[in-house]
Amino acid sequence: MSDIVDARGLSCPQPVLMTMGKIKKVKKGEIAILVDTDTSKENVSRAATSQGWKVKDVKPDGTGYRITVVKK
Amino acid sequence: MLRKFFASRGGIISIGAFIGVFAPLLQKWGNPGNMGICVACFERDIAGALGLHRATVVQYMRPEIIGFILGALIAAYLFKEFRPRAGSAPIVRFVLGAFAMIGALVFLGCPWRAMLRLAGGDWNSIFGILGLIGGIWVGTLFLRGGYNLGRAQETHTAVGWILPLIMMGFLALMLLYPQIPGEPKSGVLFYSLKGPGAMHAPLLISLGVGLAVGVLAQRSRFCTMGAFRDLILFRQTHLFSGIVALVVFAFISNLFLKQFHPGFANQPVAHTLSLWNFGGMVLAGLAFTLAGGCPGRQLFLAGEGDGDAAVFVLGMIVGAGFAHNFGLASSPQGVGPHGIAAVIIGLVVCLFIGFTMRKKVA
Repeated sequence: MSDIVDARGLSCPQPVLMTMGKIKKVKKGEIAILVDTDTSKENVSRAATSQGWKVKDVKPDGTGYRITVVKK
Repeated sequence: MLRKFFASRGGIISIGAFIGVFAPLLQKWGNPGNMGICVACFERDIAGALGLHRATVVQYMRPEIIGFILGALIAAYLFKEFRPRAGSAPIVRFVLGAFAMIGALVFLGCPWRAMLRLAGGDWNSIFGILGLIGGIWVGTLFLRGGYNLGRAQETHTAVGWILPLIMMGFLALMLLYPQIPGEPKSGVLFYSLKGPGAMHAPLLISLGVGLAVGVLAQRSRFCTMGAFRDLILFRQTHLFSGIVALVVFAFISNLFLKQFHPGFANQPVAHTLSLWNFGGMVLAGLAFTLAGGCPGRQLFLAGEGDGDAAVFVLGMIVGAGFAHNFGLASSPQGVGPHGIAAVIIGLVVCLFIGFTMRKKVA
């Protein structure tokens, strides 16, 4: 079961702040982040990568995306 | 492929360089000094063209602004990114837009123009940029403390079209009532006979560059406030590399065009009161941070369907009306009679917003 961050509808930089917060909390494992814009998708992916996490996949979800990031 | 490029560092540097080259060129082609592009000044000129304020030297329906929004709209549709959304505390965004404009007009420029003034040798801009960074820094403290304006909701496509349609209407007015040499008014539109409002590049060139910047900036997410915010909050240099490119390329372009004039005194559309160059931009920087984007970014967001960003834009235009009607805006002679009071009131309003809107999102 992965942790979920629901950042849909939130403007910059909330999606990144929430993702970073969750990354600091869980340290490793799998996190799914829900976003509603391409900007947030790019920003969240970039932020997670900078913290040593890997973007496992990005799937369309409703009108937005579901980004899954992992760290072993 | 193209999508990937624009999201990369190369993409953001390219748009910074594009603005850095074309802003000084627009100045060469007729726009005011160190004001090839200035989102705040140009929205203020639009407010003047519409008669929302009657400062006769700053009245012109700037096609660059129209181009920014329509360019972003085109890019958003081309790349299937048009997402109509609205409902994240629009009234607050309106007020933040108004005070952001007032702060920017005390300094005399938005963050874009602050960079362009620096690249043109106007050292007064250094105080403005320091103020901008200070305001953004205060904003990041609120962001860390949980400040947010709540979620936007997905909405009707037409909602996202409202501001682009308004801009198309403005363009139609401009074509219907073109400037008549020597006349201060054409149809319903006001035109400046002297001052910065009388200085402008030819319509089609302004519109063309505006459209190109709109397309590129929508793709690359160029944001001058985000550049400093991400640096302060996350130590991320992605957006920051965009404004570095802007300053470097604008500096080189100004050297080539003989538009680099270093110094403090006698700079175009600028004053030398360092404290209020600083203070005005603290207010603007804080308001931009609380609203989630610099004035340019708000235009591009509005173009891709963000109704809340559109409300921020309208707040800026109305704020410009207040700024000139109430004597808040600065001029080369110094700050307006009530400019200092307005900066203080604006800071109090922003602090109120920052401290009271930190409810956790569901």
